[in-house]
Amino acid sequence: MAASSDTMLKKPHVGKKRKPPTRYWERTEEDGKNDGKKQKEGDNNEQTPQQNNTRTKKGGKRGGKRGGAGKKVISGKSDPFPGSAPVPEEKLKKFRRGVKGELPPRPQYKLRDVVIRSEAASDLAQKQNARYDLMLPEDAGFLEGDEDEDTCTISQDDIVDAVDITAGAKYFNLTLSQFGPYRLDYSKTGRHLLLGGRRGHVTCLDWQSKQLMCEMNVMETVNDVKWLHSEALFAVAQKKWLYIYDNKGIELHCIRKFNDVLRMQFLPYHFLLATASATGFLQYLDVSVGKEVVAICTKAGRLDVMAHNPHNAIIHLGHSNGTVTLWTPNQREPLVKMLCHQGGVRSVAVDKTGTYMVTSGMDKKLKVYDIRAYRPLQSYFLPAGASCLSLSQRGLLSAATGDIVQVYRDVWGIPVTKPYMAHRAKGSVWGVHFCPFEDVLGVGHGEGFTSMVVPGAGEPNFDGLDANPYRSAKQRQEWEVKALLEKIQPELIGLDPSQLSQVDHSTWEQRHEDRVQVLGFDPLAKEKFTPRLKTKGRSSSGKVEKRKKQVAHEDQRDVIRQTVEDRMKIDKERKEKEKKKAAAAGQKSALDRFRK
Amino acid sequence: MVSPKIFGNVLSGRCKRNQQTHFRQIRADIALNIRNPDDYVRETKLDIQRVPRNYDPSLHPFEVPREYTRALNATKLERVFAKPFLASLDGHRDGVNCMAKHPKSLSTMLSGSCDGELKVWNLTKRECVRTLQAHEGFVRGMVVRFCGTSFFTVGDDKTIKQWKMETPGYGEEEEPLNTILGKSVFTSIDHHQKEGVFVTCGQQVDIWDEQRSSPIRSFSWGVDSFSCVRFNPVETELLASCASDRSIVLYDMREATPLKKVIMSMRSNTLCWNPMEAYHFTCSNEDYNLYTYDMRYLDKPFTVHMDHVSAVLDVDYSPTGKEFVSASFDKTIRIFPKDSGHSREVYHTKRMQHVISIKWSSDNKYILSASDEMNIRLWKANAAEKLGLLAPREKAAVNYSQKLKEKFQHHPQIRRISHHRHLPKSIYSQTKELRVMKEARRRKERNVRKHSKPGSMPVVTEKEKHVVTVVK
Repeated sequence: MAASSDTMLKKPHVGKKRKPPTRYWERTEEDGKNDGKKQKEGDNNEQTPQQNNTRTKKGGKRGGKRGGAGKKVISGKSDPFPGSAPVPEEKLKKFRRGVKGELPPRPQYKLRDVVIRSEAASDLAQKQNARYDLMLPEDAGFLEGDEDEDTCTISQDDIVDAVDITAGAKYFNLTLSQFGPYRLDYSKTGRHLLLGGRRGHVTCLDWQSKQLMCEMNVMETVNDVKWLHSEALFAVAQKKWLYIYDNKGIELHCIRKFNDVLRMQFLPYHFLLATASATGFLQYLDVSVGKEVVAICTKAGRLDVMAHNPHNAIIHLGHSNGTVTLWTPNQREPLVKMLCHQGGVRSVAVDKTGTYMVTSGMDKKLKVYDIRAYRPLQSYFLPAGASCLSLSQRGLLSAATGDIVQVYRDVWGIPVTKPYMAHRAKGSVWGVHFCPFEDVLGVGHGEGFTSMVVPGAGEPNFDGLDANPYRSAKQRQEWEVKALLEKIQPELIGLDPSQLSQVDHSTWEQRHEDRVQVLGFDPLAKEKFTPRLKTKGRSSSGKVEKRKKQVAHEDQRDVIRQTVEDRMKIDKERKEKEKKKAAAAGQKSALDRFRK
Repeated sequence: MVSPKIFGNVLSGRCKRNQQTHFRQIRADIALNIRNPDDYVRETKLDIQRVPRNYDPSLHPFEVPREYTRALNATKLERVFAKPFLASLDGHRDGVNCMAKHPKSLSTMLSGSCDGELKVWNLTKRECVRTLQAHEGFVRGMVVRFCGTSFFTVGDDKTIKQWKMETPGYGEEEEPLNTILGKSVFTSIDHHQKEGVFVTCGQQVDIWDEQRSSPIRSFSWGVDSFSCVRFNPVETELLASCASDRSIVLYDMREATPLKKVIMSMRSNTLCWNPMEAYHFTCSNEDYNLYTYDMRYLDKPFTVHMDHVSAVLDVDYSPTGKEFVSASFDKTIRIFPKDSGHSREVYHTKRMQHVISIKWSSDNKYILSASDEMNIRLWKANAAEKLGLLAPREKAAVNYSQKLKEKFQHHPQIRRISHHRHLPKSIYSQTKELRVMKEARRRKERNVRKHSKPGSMPVVTEKEKHVVTVVK
């Protein structure tokens, strides 16, 4: 179910001929028949070797019983599905965190025991999560053309015709030609839409029910709009200052510390509003207490390209010299400076897992980077260049070129030649944003707003405790309290969010040094070898030195031996390879005679 | 146009399009993710809200920092809710000298004071149910028989008395069942776990049969007096006693002579066996420390527990054997994990004077302390614990936050908060002073070692320092 939909995104045309869903017992039996070796590895075949054992044990008594037999019951029948159902390996992989470390050596048996037990617990949790994942109720959407046909030629009207009326209602246009072009933002749950027209028109609405929450004109230029943690508050970057309104349109705050803001990003788990201004300042506002956390002068001129990494809350800024810089509130200098384009950077987007960054530049290129390794993965040339980029929860990329919005699928995999979908908006596009948990792409343009249907964009299964589109007011209040309680402090923002769970070796070393200083001796040091006194001239100074030499550097010897062995092995392999190469080449060179 | 097919919640259809300009047909499979809101909201107001879950890690970013924040909050809340003091039982007219737990009833507790008065308390009602004048002078020791029907007391009047647990009826006089007149003052008494045998100590360690008026065996090993004697709870024939010549002596009841003794640098006041690992015992020492020994290897204590700033007067193990509580002359009570060198908890009040006797209740939840100023105090063993029944979700939340605290306990911020305890100024300054003294001693030793012949000044560890010798 969910698995098939996952693979669908990766391999198109899979869903063409639908097979009946495979059952786990069928698969295990096949596996068991096909190859016995495979049974040993992987959790999903746990019980098969066990079954083999029981079979061999009871073989004599019970004669020709089937191999799948598990425990016997009184009636003599056997359970056809013994043990717990196996969990598919790819599902398990999804829930795996980090890599398993080595167990501590045997003498540290207590620590070893603790590690073994906690690993078993986490294994169990992963397995249960993976099992639960199989039962998720919703499937992701998809759009597949026939063999010789591009999905990008399918228009929105066709999609609306094909799907039912509730789904079709997600495609709509708002004609707002007076105050455009529009920037937009969806709330975290995906229920609410905030629109900000360049010429001062700000409106927020529940876009599914089309219920208007507020509409106003701030009588000033609006540079950017952003929802704060819930749909009760939003921030508007106006001509001079930053304003906070509530969903009735009442101005709550005018923050004069934040001037000339061009772009904003909200970090939901930190309750931070990051703003980039025309004066080159990157500022962080803690919206839970209303204080400015830090103001960083980037010294990079006007900042109008901004994105945040949802995985580690790092702000990406694009600059006119083609660089993208990465910022945290804890450092006055950029963490990373990447030269991405020749010419200015026009737009940046980072995917949900924090693995990929997509940038577009004035050089009309669209580039994909792996931001864990800071490595370019793909580079595409778009004839018109992309002005706005947005990545969906399931990894679709929307790129706006002039008045055309193109949606690409899987840009970091195999080089993409054709867009997944395309749509021509009525005016030049000013902002694109995928709606979370919905197959919808919001496009703000000069003539208003278009809600586009993009099958397969949103995550179909939401988590009710994190972002619940259907939550009641009470649930929202409870969520807000919980979220505020576990607000992450801005000091914890860093490149690796899991760093907090790793062992701090350097501090330990420092502390150990201090301890040695205080104690006057190293309590963990190895005892010095003192040779025993032996009689009959065997304790002469020469003999003693000899005995000392026997145990000198004993701990290093193993390491040295190992490295020497390794090196010899590598040398040997290399020589063999060379020999093979020479043999494969088959040609004898005149210089071969000088070879040993 | 083909009518849409429905697969589960996914609505899919075939779409055919005629483009008049190009005259070609386009066919495609479309499915949109459409949720039926009825599956996600409750049907009636009487239902509870539906909360669908998706445990995909990518939907839950910042796992570790959020857990850390939760752990930090849990640690802070723990300190907020740490209110260990429950009740004070007053009624004695002199300092309370000893206490005894009832082996069968959690709510019953006995206490004896320095004027010879003995009180039986009901802990749930927090009231005294019975008072009797047991001895002239101090009540030195008390023990309830394993069956819980009677108890023994020893006092300064050189007598051992056996009393009925039941309150005498109307008109009956408070009279002991038995009275044994000894030759010297008894200082402590303990009863065998399952036989009618008890042991007293004073000038020597005597083993008594309940039926006889003279001891069946007496041990002395060149010592003039003993302060405490305890039966081993598991190897029930074994005994340990603290003697005034700074030694701890081990006996086997079946043998005529003591087993072995360890002589320490200072005198031990009391000792207590670990009820779970009964080869371990802990003794409270005059040198402000407690020492946990392994009975089999007496040459070096297993752990030295330091933190008190004055002589430790009493010690009692929790029934789980994982922790013990100590009472000190410095007017505080401390709780130590059995294998940790420092206490995890310290209890004190403005009014509590020198704590003489301490007991850990048999349900592992409460601590009773008896002090000089005539009061018995009831404390929670776990200061921040919520008393009473917990709802299942409450319990789950408590367990979760406990695990989180454990996971992040070594982070400096969390460590600082969870380790911080407010101390009375006198104790705080005394601790500091002791630390300075210790540091000075260590520095001096280090300098001496630096300027003496290598090897002539061996490093003596803290554990080895306090043991003088072991005699067998």
